[in-house]
Amino acid sequence: MPKMNMVQAIQFALDQEMSRDDSVIVMGEDVGLDGGVFRATDGLFEKYGTERVIDTPLAESGILGSAIGMALAGLKPVAEMQFSGFSYLMMHQLEGHASRFRSRSQGQWTAPLVVRMPYGGGVRALEHHSESREATYGHLPGVKVVLPSTPRNARGLLAAAIRDEDPVVFMEPKRSYRAFREEVPEEEEIFPIGKAWKVKEGKDLTLVAWGAMMRPTLKAADEVSGKRGITIDVIDLCTISPLDSDTIVESVTRTGRCVIVQEAPKSLGVASEIIARINEKALLYLEAPVRRVANYDVVTPYFGRELMYLPTPERIARAIEETLDF
Amino acid sequence: MPLREIDTFSVSFLQVLDETGNLDAALEPDLGENDLVGLYRSMVMAREADQRMLKLQRQGRMGTFGPCTGQEASACAPTFAMTEKDWFVGAFRELGGRLMRGDTLCNHLLFYNGFEEGAALPRENRTLPISIIVGSQTLHAVGLGYAMKYRGEKDSAVVVFLGDGATSEGDFHEAMNFAAVWQAPVVFICQNNQWAISIPRSNQTRSATLAQKAIAYGMPGIQVDGNDALAMYKATREALERAYAGEGPTFIEAVTYRMMMHTTADDPTRYRTDDEVEKWKERDPLKRFRVYLEKKGIWDDKRQEVLEAEVKAEIDATVKDFESRTEFKPDAPFDHVFGDSHAEIERQRAEFLDNLGKEKADA
Repeated sequence: MPKMNMVQAIQFALDQEMSRDDSVIVMGEDVGLDGGVFRATDGLFEKYGTERVIDTPLAESGILGSAIGMALAGLKPVAEMQFSGFSYLMMHQLEGHASRFRSRSQGQWTAPLVVRMPYGGGVRALEHHSESREATYGHLPGVKVVLPSTPRNARGLLAAAIRDEDPVVFMEPKRSYRAFREEVPEEEEIFPIGKAWKVKEGKDLTLVAWGAMMRPTLKAADEVSGKRGITIDVIDLCTISPLDSDTIVESVTRTGRCVIVQEAPKSLGVASEIIARINEKALLYLEAPVRRVANYDVVTPYFGRELMYLPTPERIARAIEETLDF
Repeated sequence: MPLREIDTFSVSFLQVLDETGNLDAALEPDLGENDLVGLYRSMVMAREADQRMLKLQRQGRMGTFGPCTGQEASACAPTFAMTEKDWFVGAFRELGGRLMRGDTLCNHLLFYNGFEEGAALPRENRTLPISIIVGSQTLHAVGLGYAMKYRGEKDSAVVVFLGDGATSEGDFHEAMNFAAVWQAPVVFICQNNQWAISIPRSNQTRSATLAQKAIAYGMPGIQVDGNDALAMYKATREALERAYAGEGPTFIEAVTYRMMMHTTADDPTRYRTDDEVEKWKERDPLKRFRVYLEKKGIWDDKRQEVLEAEVKAEIDATVKDFESRTEFKPDAPFDHVFGDSHAEIERQRAEFLDNLGKEKADA
């Protein structure tokens, strides 16, 4: 199996899906000749041409709105938002139309499309290039929201997103784009959307994270496990909507303790929803309050201060230990 | 260096039938008696259905809607110029056009009574459901046009309707730009009915015409008398031919007038005068088309009476049919969140049905 970083794995998934199905179209700003600002679409323009790899004018609503039209006509557009910070310009097309065509028409019309966007901090970028706003998209019924964490699951989840019947917001942790390599099978591999992934099996605590937070989370889990001789159930959500609460609830009923790691601001986020679901289904199994390790409810600071705000392995490890000792 | 002129632009206005029904024979489209009568019938149907819906709304038998009276020619004639291979992308004031595309009056009654069943149009009709967010549908048209081009469907184009207010929306400008850059087979029909709720055309833009906006995007734009069905047919047909030939999009400004309120929730006496409305009544699209048909010797009072009776009977039957429908699956929204089934959605459906059952038991 070839080893790839996440950008290569995304490019690999796009290439394979485009070669499998000529209705798959890649579109966005600078995705063609330039291969995308992160090179996620590198080489596709040369291989599939201008009709299938569209360098669009610079307008996010235009990109998603026209992608909706293509999807209604049976194409499979994979639209790139250059950074998630610019994606809000297409919000009304996503909320107002992409998410609604199915219910609006009682299933007659659907807009299956993928919106890829790099998100998250830790790359010393300018304002608007570091936010983690997955909950904003997760709040829209009719939209699936997927956040890969490794090259292998990025490839498998993106292939699934492209084949999905519904609009999928695919948020790529740009901090993890080139951070590490992983073996990615050359043959087809699909990671199901709507299913959380058990990364590690354990019995003393449940640790939940997604996207870019998986790496510091796993580091903290290893550290505390080694130090205290315990085992931790580590869950990678992969999809935040629809949320696979069954996997989390099953784990928490066994461990009785849970820590959730979230890059986004603390309030009204995915972690809040997970706690609510645990409250509904597993409250009486809890041995300690469920902890959130998250960013703070502040506007994402410029990168001079950014790292003080993002959850770190140390902060996560402390929360795990405090939860174990409660 | 002195300034030199690098380009000049002009905007044309097309009218075939004037306000009193006089014809410019040189511009008359080549349509036979059946076509002309068919087009007239669709406009009469739009007017009568609209007025009936208004009555139903006032009687509390229907929800809020935006009446189309006065704009029959600007919606019906372009639709008449289309084939079933073309795509119809509407906003929410094209009742006559929709009925011509096989979207039924019963659907409209369902839709405006709050049931999605009224928007469940079969895909084969290539007619998208009503789009309420002003201007947003123009981008869908561009994507559909791109897909037609990509699939090599050379005899398919997209006709998209919008209003004068929509020309201020960002999506409109993005759609015009994308359509022109991609040379997508799209015909933009802007029904300039002079009012966006209470905002007059003059406060919407400083442009002397809406048609001239096309120039900046590099596509042909034309201003058409939107109450002249022949002119609207002709302009749309020419634009479609250009689209089929791979010559890209066209923008048509249809100058018309919203004779009624914006929606039934609106009171236009707060912002416009009766004099203005009276003036536009003289330019009624149905009246002048009838004069044209009469002058051609294919219409008379007798035929008018028969048509009106037919249309009324059809509407009566539809209203009866609609009002006999009382069963709507309460949990249908849960069926259409996603294409596949998800545990949490199903849990919530069960909770919803349980609550509904308890509420019924309490009642």
